[in-house]
Amino acid sequence: MAILTGAAIGEPAPGITRQGGQPHPGQALGRIWRAIRSNKKAFAGASLLAIFTLLAIFPWAIARDNPQAEIYGRSLGPSAAHWFGTTYYGQDLFAQAVWGTRETLLIAVVSGALSTFLSVIMGLAAGYLGGLWDAVLNFITDVLLVIPTFPLLIIIVAYLPGIGIPGLITVLVITGYSYGARQLRAQTLSIRGRDYLEAARVRGERSSYVILVEIIPSMTSLIVATFLGTAVYNVLAAAGLQFLGLGNPDSVSWGTMLYWAQNNEALQTDQYLWAIIPGALIGLLGAAFALINYAFDEISNPALARVPLTRTRQLNPVLRRLSANRAN
Amino acid sequence: MRFVLRRAGFFVLTLWACVTLNFLLPRLMPGNPAIALMAKFHGRLNPVALKAIEVAFGVNTNESLAAQYVSYLHDLATGNLGISLTFFPTPVSVVIRGAILYTLGLVGVTTILAFIIGTLIGIVGAWRRGGWLDSILPPVFVITSAIPYFWVGMLLILVFGIKLNWFPYDFAYDPSLSPSLTLPFIGNVIVHSILPAIAILITSIGGWILTMRNTMITTLAEDYVKMARAKGLSSRRIMFDYAARNAILPNLSGFAMSVGFIVSGAVLVEYVFNYNGLGYLLVQALDSEDYPLMQALFLLITIAVLIAILLADIVTAILDPRTRSAR
Repeated sequence: MAILTGAAIGEPAPGITRQGGQPHPGQALGRIWRAIRSNKKAFAGASLLAIFTLLAIFPWAIARDNPQAEIYGRSLGPSAAHWFGTTYYGQDLFAQAVWGTRETLLIAVVSGALSTFLSVIMGLAAGYLGGLWDAVLNFITDVLLVIPTFPLLIIIVAYLPGIGIPGLITVLVITGYSYGARQLRAQTLSIRGRDYLEAARVRGERSSYVILVEIIPSMTSLIVATFLGTAVYNVLAAAGLQFLGLGNPDSVSWGTMLYWAQNNEALQTDQYLWAIIPGALIGLLGAAFALINYAFDEISNPALARVPLTRTRQLNPVLRRLSANRAN
Repeated sequence: MRFVLRRAGFFVLTLWACVTLNFLLPRLMPGNPAIALMAKFHGRLNPVALKAIEVAFGVNTNESLAAQYVSYLHDLATGNLGISLTFFPTPVSVVIRGAILYTLGLVGVTTILAFIIGTLIGIVGAWRRGGWLDSILPPVFVITSAIPYFWVGMLLILVFGIKLNWFPYDFAYDPSLSPSLTLPFIGNVIVHSILPAIAILITSIGGWILTMRNTMITTLAEDYVKMARAKGLSSRRIMFDYAARNAILPNLSGFAMSVGFIVSGAVLVEYVFNYNGLGYLLVQALDSEDYPLMQALFLLITIAVLIAILLADIVTAILDPRTRSAR
């Protein structure tokens, strides 16, 4: 580890990789699926995520209104016709909330996936190749890691007025991959000397083969965790940028809903739902990713798994009572 | 000693990279923003301001990129950050000086509070593993940390500002007062900072809790903790002097890092509350396309983080000898 040390930067827990052998990616994914089903937090998060995914794919099935059409009365309260009321411009808020899922989820998933991909490439290449490669790649990652991301995002997007979704995603990927890359590099360093990698080298396999076939499968858990963490961050960062009117304020997303709500002083003019709903949805989506991630921590690090009683109480009731009596 | 040198080397290199990035960004962007800006301001800004933009962006000059770079570095070294366009003709450094104290006060105090409260909850949660505190608080704060903090600020404004009218929610102090070091003014500033502070606290405390709790759980399984129990030491003594003391390292270095992020502040919370700190200034600069101010703020924010990281590394190295030999 170069700049930061230890768990501050979330060095992967010791239990996170499977030891030795030739791990199979399908097996690992199956394990993840079983884990999600058996953990309440993970299940809640995954269910939420499934609902949002359905909304993103089939918004027309739930909200028939065109979210952009300014055809209704202005600033109506909630009613049977408009469950969440309407905006100051006469748009249906329910339709906006439903259709907005698509862009928000798209940004989260695509930028999360791409930046995880970049993390894997940068982290594994640096960790496995070592030497000059490591020095150069790691320096780039370190610099991006220490620059405060949100101000950097603001500055870059400010210089690029009117960048669309692809631009926004690109910027999020470049500014957001470093954290994961650093964790993956640390993990690669720690397994670099394992026998099965040595064996592959002796067999004369190329570095690209060793990385793709031997190392990546053994890191499935960590890669999934990186994706989840980045997705949460990107949901919040994208919402923040859109809230400031950066990106494209005419698109339909939860962040731009908040932007228009703020610009029309929705809170001060009794149009609460306009501001409350998109924020709550962003929070729910973020929470879905965060819950899966939290549960994932418990699953991949057995030391953190929930136990009903403290270990000492189970192991040695006498000792515990003794120390409890003495306490306080 | 080698350790300190290596860290210092990284510091200097990163600083150079950030300064260079700051210099190159506006010059690399497609459709030079400065030219558009000058066209927009033409006739409205006086020639001195136009000159300032020209210098900041290297337009309309015959100087080579290298020469511009040298004069840019020279300006930086001499503390000449240019002139703000929003607050023309105030120099950028003066504008920043007027805002920095508010950000340091608000975000600084909340960062310290979040660290202390979060760490304590983490310690107690891990100690009474599976107890009510441990079952409720960590998951709750995991969820709150996924909520956009500016939106929490908006809710607080709605409930405690507009509906109940308990706290002011606009600006860092009552505009009828003029800033001074008197008790009424300071009290006014504190009252104005309560809602934004709560918004930041709610959304930032979760990280401290989780890190502390998880490290503490690992530490509690160590032999020396069992030994302490066997010796019959009091629970409080084991909890704080044996377990927490050894588990706090990751949180401490995390805290040292976050001290650097105080300066970058809570941009969006300051924006929502119109709290006139550095974050709000950054949004203002963005709105009015005040590139010199924006660049200076970005540089300041980065340098603060770099210094904090350097300190964090040194502190960690002093507290934990193991890290000194680590790569």
